[in-house]
Amino acid sequence: MAQASGYFKTSYGQELRLIETTTQKVALAAFVVVLLVYPFFAKPFFLDLANQVFLAVIAASALMLLTGFAGQISLGHAGLLAAGAFTTGILYKEVGAPFWVTLPASAVVGALLGLVFGLPSLRLKGLYLAVTTLALHFIVAYAGGEYETKRGYSTGVSVSPPSLFGFELTQGRHWYFVLLAFDVLVVLFCLNLVRSRTGRSFIAIRDHDTVAEALGIPVKRTKLLAFVISSVLTTLTGSLLAYYQGFVTIQAFTIYLTIEYVAMVIIGGSGSMLGAILGAVFVVLFPHVIEAAIRLVPASRHLVNDAFAINFAAFGLIMVLFLIFEPLGLVGIWRRLRDYFLLWPFRQTAVGKGG
Amino acid sequence: MQVLANLVVLTAIYALISCGYVLIYRVSRVLNLAHGELMMLGAYLLFTLASLFKGGPELAFAGAVGLSLLVGFVLYVVLMRKMTGELVIAAVLVTIALGILLRGLMVLIWTARDLHPISVLGWKNPPVPLGGGTSISSVALATILVAVVLYLALMLFFRYTRWGLQMRAVGERPLLAAQRGIKLHAVYALAWALSTFSGGLAGMLLALDSGLGSTMVIVGLKAFPAALVGGLDSLLGAVVGSFIVAAAEILAIHFIDPLISDVVPFVVLIAMLLVRPWGLFGTKEEIERV
Repeated sequence: MAQASGYFKTSYGQELRLIETTTQKVALAAFVVVLLVYPFFAKPFFLDLANQVFLAVIAASALMLLTGFAGQISLGHAGLLAAGAFTTGILYKEVGAPFWVTLPASAVVGALLGLVFGLPSLRLKGLYLAVTTLALHFIVAYAGGEYETKRGYSTGVSVSPPSLFGFELTQGRHWYFVLLAFDVLVVLFCLNLVRSRTGRSFIAIRDHDTVAEALGIPVKRTKLLAFVISSVLTTLTGSLLAYYQGFVTIQAFTIYLTIEYVAMVIIGGSGSMLGAILGAVFVVLFPHVIEAAIRLVPASRHLVNDAFAINFAAFGLIMVLFLIFEPLGLVGIWRRLRDYFLLWPFRQTAVGKGG
Repeated sequence: MQVLANLVVLTAIYALISCGYVLIYRVSRVLNLAHGELMMLGAYLLFTLASLFKGGPELAFAGAVGLSLLVGFVLYVVLMRKMTGELVIAAVLVTIALGILLRGLMVLIWTARDLHPISVLGWKNPPVPLGGGTSISSVALATILVAVVLYLALMLFFRYTRWGLQMRAVGERPLLAAQRGIKLHAVYALAWALSTFSGGLAGMLLALDSGLGSTMVIVGLKAFPAALVGGLDSLLGAVVGSFIVAAAEILAIHFIDPLISDVVPFVVLIAMLLVRPWGLFGTKEEIERV
């Protein structure tokens, strides 16, 4: 990666640093200030959007660990989210469990499901693994739907907001800070994980599993670990989602949701935590931007009723374009832009191309 | 008896659909997850052409079939050609994205309402008695016939024609095939065209029988386990797989719960993947196994 000339790493400690330059430090500080001030100025609608982004960031980071770093493709993400949400919903409905029971319980369910989803990965890879996880998604979705119909909650299971010491988490602003804290923890956890021995063995397995095995990495155990970590984070998101929305319905967890998360990884940029965040922001805000655009342009105002379909089509198109023209995603675009300005007036060419 | 008749009809439907998955996979190792949407597109084309040519339902049908052939060709040339040589999984993701794009476009053009092309075509769909109190609809009978004819034709095509031979060669070793002068892109385009052709046919017949709505995508997705159970690169396997999946589904509906019908194919799929991931008739070494 190109840096402005004059910046060289001189010790292994620098290699491991999360924040490398003063510019990054300043930018991060500014970003943190914006994040902290935002809820006091934002309207409820924008506050809700931010909360949705925060929720998406956790699950997108989970999928990024699994797909972007460990290289295991999973199409069962919506199923895992559903599992977390339903564990919470069912525990709340059946035994009235408080959130400090349901949240860990969801994580335990996630760990078990991670093992189940991960087992096929010991025998299969690539396409066939994707298909197996897709099939598991259908089974989880069926189990959730069955619970809803059998218990007569056909419209969904309602969940009261979590409370601790008589303090109820209902306001959007409170949710904002809780979710922000979760996000910071999860992102830091992921960043540290991928710098650790475990994370580096994830990357080794992604890049070449035979070589990884030859290097002494326990491939099977590491793969399972990737699945378990990823699905614990995902079911936790599902549980938070259940509390945030106040109800759980299986209709919310379709294949389309899975595809949205896969899109976050692709559009954001595979193999980068920044990519997971950018992808989550992009995919969550995308439909709202499209709708706002339709409303703004007078000629297309009559299309407002079709906004849903337009979103669908535009989303598919964006995904196709990213896959074909920018496989590195938003992070790739960002890096190229940054390098362009850093190196100006010189231009960077990839090794072996031009020159 | 009625159960048996239903089983044959469902097998024929799945066979018609899953043959599209097999065609593309066999030649290019790409799994086309937009197949359900392409099927639906064929059915919508039939609906539009039927409204355009009020007088000639046969003409409309032939036109729709021809157009769905063209759709596959254009899709390959415009879109999938760019993914040739890339990671297979990236190509599969492109087909997923394509499916979303198509679904959005179809709702924009034809709205999300259920449509009934058969009434627009002016055709009837009377039940055909098979004796012993069983009967199936005439469209279902036509579906069975079409499936049989299509499979026979495809098998002969692969065995005896020049293009069929080239497709098999490309499926086996693309590099060697290209070096022998086979035009890879032409062969891939043909595979896509044939796949959307058979899928479109399936979609049209399904729409004639039970109307045209968003549920068709799910039917398309459920046919995919059928293709995989039989072995993704085997036509014969697709038929056998369709039969197994259809049988499992019908038994589950009868003895367990009608709600379970959408899940059964995927349970069969997982069982197969764990035991014999390359399917009943598939080629073993093709699978990327760990």
